[in-house]
Amino acid sequence: MAQKTITPTRMELTRLKARLKTAVRGHKLLKDKRDELMRQFLEVVRRTQSLRSKVDAGLDGVGRSLSLASAVMSTDQMEQALLYPRQRVELSVSTRNIMSVRVPKFDFRTSGAARGDIFPYGFAQTSGELDDAIIALSSVFSDMLSLAEAEKTTQLLADEIERTRRRVNALEYVMIPEMQTNIKYITMKLEENDRSTKVRLMKVKDMVLEQSHNYQ
Amino acid sequence: MNKLAVIGSIDTVLGFRALGLDTFPASDADGARSALRHVTSGDASYAIVYIEEKLGVMLASELDRHRSNLTPAIVLIPGREGATGAGLARLRESVIRAVGADILQ
Repeated sequence: MAQKTITPTRMELTRLKARLKTAVRGHKLLKDKRDELMRQFLEVVRRTQSLRSKVDAGLDGVGRSLSLASAVMSTDQMEQALLYPRQRVELSVSTRNIMSVRVPKFDFRTSGAARGDIFPYGFAQTSGELDDAIIALSSVFSDMLSLAEAEKTTQLLADEIERTRRRVNALEYVMIPEMQTNIKYITMKLEENDRSTKVRLMKVKDMVLEQSHNYQ
Repeated sequence: MNKLAVIGSIDTVLGFRALGLDTFPASDADGARSALRHVTSGDASYAIVYIEEKLGVMLASELDRHRSNLTPAIVLIPGREGATGAGLARLRESVIRAVGADILQ
């Protein structure tokens, strides 16, 4: 691996070893985080999928009823009938924490109309199909809310998983190997220095002995 | 308190008006885009935006801008013509992003 200039000193070696230790530990933790996120994610995905098919089917039914209604009534009439809703939907958003990913939690509250009396029109000029459509719609509505929550959660979790995976890979394939080669390089350089010092000393000792005692 | 918005063709959104959701009829991509901009602008407090599939598909890049925010949650819903599978495709996209492969059956 091409390395930038690193100074082969003992201080640098200790520093690198400490960093490597941290990196390995971080890698293990992030890997655990990724695995747990993935488990949670798959759970939410399964829930989203079933909610999605439920909502799709439910709204299909609503669409059919509305088509029937519009066959009996004109769009203008329908629009007029639904112009002033009897109830209002209010939503409170709180957050939930999944592996330190903040995901929304929706709770809704209706206000205005009495229970079971959501029709904002008199029955005289509207068709029964419109009533059916609105009843069907209000029954699929709570699933639609859960779907919004679940879908947002999958999106947020997917982003977090992607980010975590990148970090795990960066540590595993770039940072840790790079540090290992650097440590090896420094160790080898230091050993090499040791050897050359030793050889030089031996040489010097020989020369000193030769000069003072005429040893051969 | 937060509100809910529905963007779609007039036929699709009418029913939701009875439930008390704020409806924004739009018939083409431009209308839907301006409605979406309106409901996602800073001073509007919409937490969930339901948008009709065929309009949502045309505004995919616009929807992705809100992807990583907590709110608004933007959800595709089938219109009068029935489900086109666009909603499921969006879920699939998330799965591929996270897992690296399409594991939905």
